[in-house]
Amino acid sequence: MTVYLDYAATTPLRKEVLAAYIEQLQTTGNPSSVHSTGQAVRRTLEEARESLAKSIDCNRSEVIFTAGGTESNNLAVKGLYWQRKAEDSNRNIIISAATEHHAVIDPIEWLEKHERAELVWVPVNYQGQIDLVYLDDFLKTNHSRVAMISLMLANNETGVITDMDSVVSLAKPYQIPIHSDAIAAFGHIPFSFANSGLAAVSVSAHKIGGPVGVGALIVSRATKLVSIIHGGGQERGMRSGTMNAPFAKAFAVAAELAVAELDTEMQRLQTLRDRLVQGVLDISTQANQTSNEVKRLPHNAHFTFDGCSGDSLLFLLDQQGVCVSVGSACQAGVNGPSHVLVAMGRTDRQANGCIRMTLGKDSTDADVDAFLTALPSALEGALRAGLTS
Amino acid sequence: MSGGVDSAVAAARAVEAGHEVVGVHLALSRMPGTLRTGSRGCCTIEDSMDAQRAANVIGIPYYVWDFSERFKLEVVDDFISEYQSGRTPNPCMRCNERIKFAALLEKGLALGFDAVCTGHYASILTDSDGNLELHRSMALAKDQSYVLGVLTAEQLQHSMFPLGHTASKDLIRKEASERGLSVAAKPDSYDICFIPEGDTQDWLADRLGNTAGEIVDMEGNVLGGHLGAHGFTVGQRKGLQLGKPAADGKPRYVLAVDVTTNRVVVGPQQALAVVELVGNKFTWCGKPKDNPETFFPAHVQVRAHGEQVACQVAIVDGSMVIRCDEPIFGVAPGQTAVIYLGTRVLAQTTIDHTVSAVDSFSTASASISATVSSPV
Repeated sequence: MTVYLDYAATTPLRKEVLAAYIEQLQTTGNPSSVHSTGQAVRRTLEEARESLAKSIDCNRSEVIFTAGGTESNNLAVKGLYWQRKAEDSNRNIIISAATEHHAVIDPIEWLEKHERAELVWVPVNYQGQIDLVYLDDFLKTNHSRVAMISLMLANNETGVITDMDSVVSLAKPYQIPIHSDAIAAFGHIPFSFANSGLAAVSVSAHKIGGPVGVGALIVSRATKLVSIIHGGGQERGMRSGTMNAPFAKAFAVAAELAVAELDTEMQRLQTLRDRLVQGVLDISTQANQTSNEVKRLPHNAHFTFDGCSGDSLLFLLDQQGVCVSVGSACQAGVNGPSHVLVAMGRTDRQANGCIRMTLGKDSTDADVDAFLTALPSALEGALRAGLTS
Repeated sequence: MSGGVDSAVAAARAVEAGHEVVGVHLALSRMPGTLRTGSRGCCTIEDSMDAQRAANVIGIPYYVWDFSERFKLEVVDDFISEYQSGRTPNPCMRCNERIKFAALLEKGLALGFDAVCTGHYASILTDSDGNLELHRSMALAKDQSYVLGVLTAEQLQHSMFPLGHTASKDLIRKEASERGLSVAAKPDSYDICFIPEGDTQDWLADRLGNTAGEIVDMEGNVLGGHLGAHGFTVGQRKGLQLGKPAADGKPRYVLAVDVTTNRVVVGPQQALAVVELVGNKFTWCGKPKDNPETFFPAHVQVRAHGEQVACQVAIVDGSMVIRCDEPIFGVAPGQTAVIYLGTRVLAQTTIDHTVSAVDSFSTASASISATVSSPV
């Protein structure tokens, strides 16, 4: 039997979501068609938009459906940068952090290479927190040249939660738009877009029991951004393409369920997670819990192990039916040292020795027990294999 | 599993033989290319995907293990420094010696595996006393026993080469196709995997820089210039760009590369003839020869797909001395000499110096003088 401890990679599709999705797949109609068949599908789509807006506490017209989190991040980063640059050509600085997901780092670096953006990386400490004093100082002297800020709400690898309220209050006097990648956080911790002061927020369905292939960018009514996909002008003109009612509905159902259960699930998963963490620390003196002193996602446990490589550990746990992760894998399946841990001051070797366990809806005490049972022999083998790479 | 047809069929045969098999693809570069182009290079993302697809079809788990740091240190850096010393290394051999049957094998054993199984064309046989021996493959045209010559008895115990008993590569491709493996028709790779453009001289120049030097004849007369001695290998004929032809009108070859003076020595083909090879470091592939201090008849091969030459071999003062029955041409220090007894691989050594068939024109990696005596 497989013990799945990789909810941060993707989550099982919830049965309510599957039912809603299948039902809508069987319904004909383009939401943009004027006839009654089209209007019926449009109604479903807009109900889904309204429902998702409720789950994330925003206005319904602030929901821009996309094909996933990466697209949302690209739209936010490029769209905001181009918009601000068009309004004021002096504004070419993008502020971000080296612990961001590649879906933010890569578009930003692309803008540096192709669109003369100037990048400023806010330093990150050993615990994974960004340096707010640095940000404050930088904004004081350079605010007139800053196009935008992009900082994630919670880190997908370490689970570290960013103090976004402080970031917003630092940038507010200068009216600098802030984008936040909330893909790892949404549905796992409370979040209100209306109260956030953010210009744009990326979310994704498959991290909360929805299907892969649908996400959204929440864009405040006050925020303009340049579209990166042009065509029929759907989604406030920000994201052209035939609107996908089955996916929108599936996402809305998943979000509604996740938010409704948030309080109880947070509590339950945190208890489960804490037991897992304690179990690991009891088993191994080589285990270093990552970011143990700061606010983190309740379902995330992250460790580095001295003297062994994460891929050995992953392999040996996998052999025993336990699925964990060593950070975000690139497309070749090669796990280089995690850029997140390196940005947090770990050496390549330390960063190579990490594993991440993330829990979710179907996680039970039995899963944690199975993991803790499999770990000692896996760790023994991985330590024997050492740092062979 | 490299993503090629050979390792895919080897994996499938290992499964059929009843082993519990896990497919492992070695990531040897942190910056892999996206797509493969023809026979150039390997380790692209496409190769990794091909390997994964093959593993899926065979029905085995598949993982990518990152050996890029070790590969750079042990193979790529070694390759550069060998050229820098005027020697001609064989990186595939180094990779087998230090990565596939060392780092990978060690890791595999530590993780609970028993053996590394690869798609090399070679056979492991057992002698009457139960000792393991490495032999040439049945498909002689594809035989890769040469690059496996570095394996020791211990490593042979943990190696499997399921393709060694197949008569030809065509049969392997046919079998792959019958097994539904999409890599059945994938082109073979020939070049050095970490030089995907295939131009070793350019690649080395990028890393070692260009330093102008002289091309001289055996008497020390300057015939031309070059942009870095490391760009030349002993036996090379093309790319010398000497305006003036030799007096006898015959082509000239690189006889020696002297990196200390940045000089390249050229001369006629007969000056390339070598009758003795000496290697200070050698290993036995399996059981050592009895009384190796006495010269014994064997065959020597100095290139991956070169001819074997009859010779007499002995260990003299701790070095392996190989006396060829007939001269062999264009052997450079740094190359590996593999010793065969019939089809069995007996030993290997990295050549440190050679003794010329012609007068005393002998080479050692750093001691060649351009003012050698004239050839007969």
